[in-house]
Amino acid sequence: MKISQKRIVTAYVFLAIPLVFYIVVRFYPMIYAFWLSFTNWRLISPKKDFVGFDNFVKLFKDKVFMTSLWNTIKYVAYGIPLVIVLSLFLAATLNKVRHLQWFYRLLYVMPYITPLVAVSWVWRWIYQRPPAGVLNNILMAFGLDAQPFLTSMDQSLPAIVVTTVWVNLGYCIIIYLAGLQTIPQEYLEAAKIDGATSRQSFFKITLPLLNPITVFLVVTQSITFLRIFTQVYNMTDQGSGGPLNATKPLVLYIYQKAFRSFDMGLASSATVILFMLIMGITLIQLLVLNKRVQY
Amino acid sequence: MKRALLLLLVVSVIFAGFAGAVKITYWQYYYETKVKLVDQLIEEFEKQNPGIEVEHVTFPYENFNEKVAVSVPAGVGPDVLTLFYGWIPLYVTSGYLVPLPEAEFSPEYLNSEFFPFVSKGIQFDGIPYALPTAVRSLALFWNKDLFAEAGLDPEVPPTTFAEMVEFAKKLTKYDDKGNIIQEGLTMQPSGQGHQWIREVLVRQLGGTPYSADNRTVLYHMTAPETIKVYTDLITKDKVGYPGFLNDDVTAFRSLKAAMTIDGSFRLGTFRPLENLNWGVTELPSMNGVKSNFASFWAHAITTNATGDKLDASIKFLKFITSEYAQTLWLEQVGELPANPNVAAAYYDHPEFGPFLKGLEYAHATFFVDESGQRQVLMDAVDKVWIQGMDPIKAFEEAAAEDQAIIDEFWSRVE
Repeated sequence: MKISQKRIVTAYVFLAIPLVFYIVVRFYPMIYAFWLSFTNWRLISPKKDFVGFDNFVKLFKDKVFMTSLWNTIKYVAYGIPLVIVLSLFLAATLNKVRHLQWFYRLLYVMPYITPLVAVSWVWRWIYQRPPAGVLNNILMAFGLDAQPFLTSMDQSLPAIVVTTVWVNLGYCIIIYLAGLQTIPQEYLEAAKIDGATSRQSFFKITLPLLNPITVFLVVTQSITFLRIFTQVYNMTDQGSGGPLNATKPLVLYIYQKAFRSFDMGLASSATVILFMLIMGITLIQLLVLNKRVQY
Repeated sequence: MKRALLLLLVVSVIFAGFAGAVKITYWQYYYETKVKLVDQLIEEFEKQNPGIEVEHVTFPYENFNEKVAVSVPAGVGPDVLTLFYGWIPLYVTSGYLVPLPEAEFSPEYLNSEFFPFVSKGIQFDGIPYALPTAVRSLALFWNKDLFAEAGLDPEVPPTTFAEMVEFAKKLTKYDDKGNIIQEGLTMQPSGQGHQWIREVLVRQLGGTPYSADNRTVLYHMTAPETIKVYTDLITKDKVGYPGFLNDDVTAFRSLKAAMTIDGSFRLGTFRPLENLNWGVTELPSMNGVKSNFASFWAHAITTNATGDKLDASIKFLKFITSEYAQTLWLEQVGELPANPNVAAAYYDHPEFGPFLKGLEYAHATFFVDESGQRQVLMDAVDKVWIQGMDPIKAFEEAAAEDQAIIDEFWSRVE
């Protein structure tokens, strides 16, 4: 064997380790879940009979499943515009701050590095009805009525979106800040000399040049919102996604079917649907948003 | 390789011959006081039964069903395992449990050694499968200081439902906008509230929750008013609501709820709180009817245990459910004995007494999907107090959903 061949072999040997790892812990379980979605397996039972598309039919007839599917879409639809616009605005503002910038950055990143379970419980208490909830105490101090927040059909899902946006802001701001710093100053200076207002140079220069960052954030944040679980599990009574399924996302539905009702077949089918939803949305976003901008 | 295998075989044969003991494996989830006590019991059991060796395996509660599911079919699971009684149908229909041998556990034995609700709770299709050491029931906890503050006698808790409502109204405090700042009675269907509704209120209003064969939901037909009786406390009397101060236990322990209905397992939560001056009493009666809900973890023999192991498992099961074991269990773990003879000695105990008396008239619900069936009643209450739905209609919808869960279970079994 030649040296060059040996090198190639050595490289593949090293590559094989992560490859095997991924096959065992990622791909194999994934394919297995696809198989399970066509069976009637119950966690505790040895029986795994092939049932065709029965589980999928059952899912689409299940009102709770449809509600959680719809809720999942709501989480993305409310959450993504909020987190993108807010983080871009804050990053652009922070980019101008010269004094104590590190401090503000730290401030915004704090929620992101705090364990999500702790964050959820703190917000669960912030949203409490009187006499405990801080937010309601503030409202009442201004003479406003106390709000039910997490115990309301209409307010509970937006309340959880707000918490999630608050958490994810820090991450998005850091990414945007990095992006802002890659924009060549010459462009902005040239625009300024040509008499562009700061608003014009933001929308005509900064924003288009930030497009790759925005695409990246929209895609990754959409996936985060599509997989939302921890916040809902910890902020609703007994992790039920209540009241009356008003906040239940798909992942919580899957969890309940799999580990509370032990219906692994049905849970796997719901997982397959979630997988396709994530893949579909991601592909559409990449197609629509990904544009090359050059000056 | 072959030689190594051969050697292993020889060694294991010699070892087995040398030890000559039957080894059985016992599984339970990890709970410190239970693990310690079982270790002690196993030691005594092995002394009394020289030919038997018991291996005690524990694991986190969260992984219980997953662990059993992968082990038992592979033949490496336990011979005796402790499971929640509500899972018995699932385990039996999955083929993991063997019926209790009638020669050893006759109906007479079960009737004389255990409370009546136990023998029903351990059955599947009329055959008993498991036995508990300890059980849990419900009672009414009250805060003596808040009673005194409201001008009520701190030593006299309510004994009837009407009295409880009257007390609760006096004990509830509101701010100037009408928001509750102190609950008279906790209203938490997701806690023990759903059990209280299903097994207590329904029966007190003259109903029966389920048919005798556990296949038909009856509560909405036999006691349609039940949810109304419950939600009136939230919407009409305004003595509390679900989620006040997050949950019932938090509200009561932070002195913001005057009364709460909870299980015997909560004694350990309230006992160490020095600022909480509490008492506990039997659940209030209504229309002269007393009822209670009981639940338990029970030990069952699995299909792994055959031949000598089955005999040893039977002996072990008898031992850990004996009066002796139950007495130790009460003293060291704090759970109620499943045997009325053991319970009798503690009837006047200020903490255990009310729960033990409750056991006499308690019912253990036959759950096919405990969390699903709980959710159904949580939702019914939410529909009334959040959405303003007619309580009777909400109860009917709950019954329909409950029936669907039950039908689905039986359609799988048959």
